[in-house]
Amino acid sequence: MEENIKKDNIRKEENLVYIKTKLMTDKVLSYCPGCGHGTTHRIIMEVVDEMGIQSETIGIAPVGCAVLAYEFMNIDMQEAAHGRAPAMATAMKRLMPEKFIFSYQGDGDLAAIGTAETIHACNRGENITIIFVNNGIYGMTGGQMAPTTLPGMKSSTSPYGRDVATMGNPLKITELIAQLPGTYFVTRQAVHTPANVRKTKKAIRKAFENQKLKKGLSFVEVVSNCNSGWKMAPVQSNEWMVENMFPFYPLGDIKIEGELVK
Amino acid sequence: MAKVRGEIVVDIERCKGCEVCIAACPVNAIGMSKEVNSKGYHYMQAINDKCTGCTNCAIVCPDGVITVYRVKI
Ligand SMILES: Cc1ncc(C[n+]2csc(CCOP(=O)(O)OP(=O)(O)O)c2C)c(N)n1
Ligand code: SF4
Ligand code: SF4
Ligand code: SF4
Repeated sequence: MEENIKKDNIRKEENLVYIKTKLMTDKVLSYCPGCGHGTTHRIIMEVVDEMGIQSETIGIAPVGCAVLAYEFMNIDMQEAAHGRAPAMATAMKRLMPEKFIFSYQGDGDLAAIGTAETIHACNRGENITIIFVNNGIYGMTGGQMAPTTLPGMKSSTSPYGRDVATMGNPLKITELIAQLPGTYFVTRQAVHTPANVRKTKKAIRKAFENQKLKKGLSFVEVVSNCNSGWKMAPVQSNEWMVENMFPFYPLGDIKIEGELVK
Repeated sequence: MAKVRGEIVVDIERCKGCEVCIAACPVNAIGMSKEVNSKGYHYMQAINDKCTGCTNCAIVCPDGVITVYRVKI
């Protein structure tokens, strides 16, 4: 009983140190348990909240598991056809240069069907923010091989593992677009640990600040898990990601203030 | 150094039982329930009084179901 009183004394408004931002709606996320999409959504909304730009921000949802992102982020959003988000973001930013425009895209969306839009928006140096969630697979449609699938990695369309000789090499699209003169800030982060979440949030903040200062295109990759597609438990998938994804997709900044740093 | 005591509140019905929070807790203050919520998921709960209110679990929870309080004692 005494213990309960103590607990109630702690659970008071003035002692609050963390609560989900109101910029996430009350809808239950459609993502699988443990999926990094949810964490990524939340920290984008925390940044928008902290910058006080809710009414000035427009997000673009992809095709993929995050197709319903507009249900979860309490800001203006528009759904783009598969891979076309950077083209839509270009139009939006040019028509409404005072707005903060970001696209939110998976690897199938950004690095497969939308490769042309991605490369050209980056090369033109549009003053937008691209958030790229790379889980190495097509999550939504059942775990098929994506351009980002690792060599030897199993997927529903490479059940014996990706054979580079017949299926080609994985595409490091983030390193690729970092080479283009139009990109200003390019970084690769993750959201599986508290420290990584904090770093990713800082990177997203920087990306939005760059947009405010009209610096050009900021590109934030989040290496994430797809525990359903990878057929693993969530915690196990995060461990697998550290062991297998990070050596191939190393975390850290790739380009800062228009200069390659890696 | 002042001692701190934390308290977490979990939105049990929205917890999906992924256990990502448990891996992130530095003091092993949380575990999974034996019971399940209406969706059939075991949910996260405090298992002792060791919580320091560090917010780690809340920061990594993909579903944002954890609220954290902290007091100096
Ligand atoms: C033009 C078109 N082609 C194919 C599809 C089928 N499709 C839907 S989602 C998807 C892959 C999405 O994968 P990814 O972008 O990696 O996102 P994830 O689901 O992994 O988050 C595909 C191929 C489609 N909806 N439209
Ligand atoms: S299928 Fe993969 S990417 Fe999609 S919600 Fe589930 S874990 Fe996340
Ligand atoms: S706030 Fe920190 S100490 Fe408390 S349960 Fe969460 S991770 Fe553990
Ligand atoms: S991380 Fe969140 S959803 Fe997953 S078990 Fe912990 S409280 Fe539940």
